[in-house]
Amino acid sequence: MTAIAPGTVPKASPRGSAARARMLRGLLPALSLALVLLAIAWLNPRAISYFGFNLMLNLAIPIALATIAQMFVIAGNELDLSIGTFVGFVGCVTATWLRDAPLIGILVLIGSIGVYALLGALIHLRNLPSIVVTLGMSFVWQGLAILILPKPGGKAPEWLLSIMSFKPPYVPFPILAALLIAAVVHFGLMRTSYGVILRGSGGNAAALRRAGWSLLKTKIVLFALTGLFGVLSGMALIGITTSADANIGNGYTLLSIAGVILGGGEFVGGRVSPIGAVIGALTLALAASPLLTFMHIPPDWQVAANGAILIIVLAARVLISRRER
Amino acid sequence: MLQAIADIVRLNGAEKHFGAVRALNGVDFHVGAGECVGLVGHNGAGKSTLMHMVAGTLRPDGGQIAVRGNQEASYSVARALELGIRCVFQELSLCPNLSVAENTRINHPSLAGFNWRRRAAELIRAKLDEIFPGHGISADDIAGDLSIGRRQMVEVARAFTLTREPLHLVILDEPTSSLDAHTAGQLLSFVRRFVAAGGSCILISHVLGEVLQNADRIVVMRDGKVVAADAASAFDRDRLVAAMGGAEGHQKAAAEARKTEAGALRVRARPIRQQDDKELVARTGEIIGLAGLAGHGQTDLLLSIFSAASRARTGIEVTAPVALVAGDRQSDGIFSQWSIAQNIGIRSLARLRSGLLISPQREAELAEFWKKKIGIRTPDMNNNIYSLSGGNQQKALFARALGSDAEIVLMDDPMRGVDIGTKLEVYDLVREEAAKGRTFLWYTTETEELDNCDHVYVFKNGRIVANLGRDELTEEKIIQSSFGDAA
Repeated sequence: MTAIAPGTVPKASPRGSAARARMLRGLLPALSLALVLLAIAWLNPRAISYFGFNLMLNLAIPIALATIAQMFVIAGNELDLSIGTFVGFVGCVTATWLRDAPLIGILVLIGSIGVYALLGALIHLRNLPSIVVTLGMSFVWQGLAILILPKPGGKAPEWLLSIMSFKPPYVPFPILAALLIAAVVHFGLMRTSYGVILRGSGGNAAALRRAGWSLLKTKIVLFALTGLFGVLSGMALIGITTSADANIGNGYTLLSIAGVILGGGEFVGGRVSPIGAVIGALTLALAASPLLTFMHIPPDWQVAANGAILIIVLAARVLISRRER
Repeated sequence: MLQAIADIVRLNGAEKHFGAVRALNGVDFHVGAGECVGLVGHNGAGKSTLMHMVAGTLRPDGGQIAVRGNQEASYSVARALELGIRCVFQELSLCPNLSVAENTRINHPSLAGFNWRRRAAELIRAKLDEIFPGHGISADDIAGDLSIGRRQMVEVARAFTLTREPLHLVILDEPTSSLDAHTAGQLLSFVRRFVAAGGSCILISHVLGEVLQNADRIVVMRDGKVVAADAASAFDRDRLVAAMGGAEGHQKAAAEARKTEAGALRVRARPIRQQDDKELVARTGEIIGLAGLAGHGQTDLLLSIFSAASRARTGIEVTAPVALVAGDRQSDGIFSQWSIAQNIGIRSLARLRSGLLISPQREAELAEFWKKKIGIRTPDMNNNIYSLSGGNQQKALFARALGSDAEIVLMDDPMRGVDIGTKLEVYDLVREEAAKGRTFLWYTTETEELDNCDHVYVFKNGRIVANLGRDELTEEKIIQSSFGDAA
């Protein structure tokens, strides 16, 4: 995707070959998505339709949002192991307070974004490993979710239900939403002048400090953005499932990390791609259950098969990256 | 007073300590408007520390700093940039994941808002064209894809770009180290033009010819002090080298004559980048020094000798077991969770075994022996390694190497940041062990340590450029070879 090498025309030089390899790697997320789509089309041609996409990509929107959330912390060389339970927590708030007492619900959600910002500050100021802090927080979010909603239940607010069941003409809603998310985040992170600073903080923090930028601020902004997209993900999820469960988002932690990496991002160095991340999330959403169902793999084996697909795609990516050197 | 106003920056009695190490010891330094000041000195002389202070990245522990005649009480990077003082640091400070234009944006807060991308690209392109005509760099190139020379070009050009902040003084710390002769020439002639137009520049370089030809005034530093400062025309190569090395009052520490008969061959190694037929040869009972500026291939050679001991490598012949004393003990030497005794025993596990397990008794015996022998100051060898002072930690690492079966000991500048008392004890120990037939390969950045060596190989750019015998070993000679202008 052009997200990674904007406007770079390959030249006949070592740099040209580096740019070509970069482009190849940038295309990999799109290629893997195409491959999964082809497999589905071959197994079940009827799935490739307006209705089919609506059904298959149903859960792709919250996964894409959670992946974008994860991408922001990864852009700053950190990792968020609490995003899954955070999405679950937001889901429980959405299905209860946001419907019954909208003001409290909104305040709680804004407050939780504030907690994310504070975590960023804490991690920067005390030089703590983000993995440890967010792992701890994952239990906090899980506990809060269970307190709010001890049993599965609740109901999504009507306005949210109507947004998520929106049926635009010709293009299925999940695809439209994915395009919108990718475009907005791509513009914000890859094209604006402050987005450069955010990515630079992952690339070479010392250089940024020497140029007079506050690393505390970049870390707070990155974590707050993670919180914001985590909130959006939880709300979208409840808009689709209509009711909540404290464990509803638990799988999202690993899915979001895998989506970022699948989309061409790297754990360190500030190399991330919003467009790639969204594509990675779509690929995972499709590979997760529609593809496997069409392959007649029994549900008992689907989680393992899902993991195998992840390993294969990530291995292909590593092979290409290695050729780059 | 007039003098003070013409100053861009002036430091009085600047001091900086890193733990027990005095990096700067009361330095007076100033740069005038429209002046190019050359700053030279050996590694660890304090040049970089001083420049970090001028650029605002380090705060002095003592002394004052004044910019354009005004005392600066709370000086910082942001304040320095505001006052028009910028620095091109020796370690590259581009973000490898960003494009050239985006890297330019990082240094210019005013490059924001609509169309910032095009403005940044034009700014850096124009400056690159001005300094390095025919540079072949596009503003869209990702910095990590560029060669190291091109990255350095971008970094230099970026420091000279102008937006809202003024530009009065640019510090260039080894700006030509990754440039070829042609681009280095382009840069230096640009610096001359910049200075002629009223700008100021501090030029740090290990290529003395560059400094002599391009600086108006030269400041020589040694051991955290300014030892000479004069108009560039008053210096020549020999005077610079003499000032840097301190030829006066230099005596050999270990003068006793040593046996000269050649022992059995222990190590024969050629650096990978060596083009002529020079090679490093070490025999039984010899102490071989590896000298030259830091990072010119000495550590690489030691590491390849180390790996050649277990797996054959072309160009390197090793005939006995090898142990390495790491230079960076925090990251490469110490097992931080382990006791002193365990840290010493790790290289000798085969001998400490009884059956399948490590015998705590034998481990304690080994540790106790070396505690007495090398004088590790601790009440209990089972304490954590971090209960020791830095010098004693280093002694434990020496005990690890010397207590092993290794006949060849590689030392990768192990005495960094160690107090003089410990150093003298270790020197004696090394000589004693060499007399018993062990071979030492000793890379050091401290020239006095080379007096303990029988032979010194001087490195430059990953190659051996000189092989000095004990009798021809002087600090001047070493500096002369390591600063040789021929690349």
